[in-house]
Amino acid sequence: MAHDNAHEHHANVDHTAMGIEKEHPTWSTYWKVALILTLITVVEVWIYYIPSFVASRGFVPTLLILSAVKFATVVLFYMHLRYDHRLFRAVFTGPLIIAMTTIVALLFLFGHLRIGAGAAG
Amino acid sequence: MSHAAALSGVQDDPHGEHPATSTGLDNKKLAIWAFIGSECMLFASLISTYLIYKGRSVVGPYPHEACNPPNCAVPLKAILNIPVTSASTFVLLMSSLAMVLALAAVENADQPMPDGFGPRMLRSSKLWLWMTAVLGVTFLGFQAYEFTSFVHEGLTIRTNLFGSSFFTLTGFHGAHVTAGVLWLLTLLAIDYRRGLKPKDAINVDLAALYWHFVDVVWIAIFTLVYLIK
Repeated sequence: MAHDNAHEHHANVDHTAMGIEKEHPTWSTYWKVALILTLITVVEVWIYYIPSFVASRGFVPTLLILSAVKFATVVLFYMHLRYDHRLFRAVFTGPLIIAMTTIVALLFLFGHLRIGAGAAG
Repeated sequence: MSHAAALSGVQDDPHGEHPATSTGLDNKKLAIWAFIGSECMLFASLISTYLIYKGRSVVGPYPHEACNPPNCAVPLKAILNIPVTSASTFVLLMSSLAMVLALAAVENADQPMPDGFGPRMLRSSKLWLWMTAVLGVTFLGFQAYEFTSFVHEGLTIRTNLFGSSFFTLTGFHGAHVTAGVLWLLTLLAIDYRRGLKPKDAINVDLAALYWHFVDVVWIAIFTLVYLIK
């Protein structure tokens, strides 16, 4: 099997020098991840076309959670952040947290979000 | 030089071009992660600008609502085309799969070629690099179609706040995809010239990290701009 070769190959790799803390995924894992990403995208678009759900309070949080899961899946598996050195994780997640905090802070500042009132139009 | 050392670029380089680093990690890989971190903040500024201006356009067309006179000269439907954008999102997600398969093919280039069409296909770095580039160009084609149709429907970067923030955000993303495609084409040129070997895996890895980042930015844009009304 092709992905067995991948196992064989990674067994000969100097993990410390590469910044790899765990084995990288195999080809079959990459295909499974692609399937999961596709399914989540289908669910996202599907709920967009359900008027009763769009009008409900759960619509935006559901989309945000699904999007976050897709984001994390790509970063962890395709970008190998789950497997690579923790310094790479720190260099990425630090600015990401600053970026997300900035977005939320600006939305509060410009009145799109209010404490206790949820999302405003 | 071992495969791993070649990937990291930190050990026993016979030409002495890559001295050991203080972290023990490859500087280029650390640099691309730092660059991606800075790009997060760039796109955060563009996304927050879009969200702040959302729903504050005085005149149409609007993203999710119909526009009727006097806000529009003629009645207009909601301008965002979700089916087309869903297709382009799927294309970009599949390009990430092709990219990670290209990297795996380069990493395993020194292994004996397996039997069978499927396993041999998985070991072709040229195939997966081409696939990634073609899917990237397809995504750009979808974007060109979308931009053109918006202009025909009366939405330009100067029409309203939605147009300004939308074209700036998605235009910046499209420029990043274009840069990624050019990067992939340079890798393909090297592959055709002398073949990509495991020692080149670090360079393919850098391109892959950039490409996947462009993908995750689109994941955020697709939800925040297109799906949330």
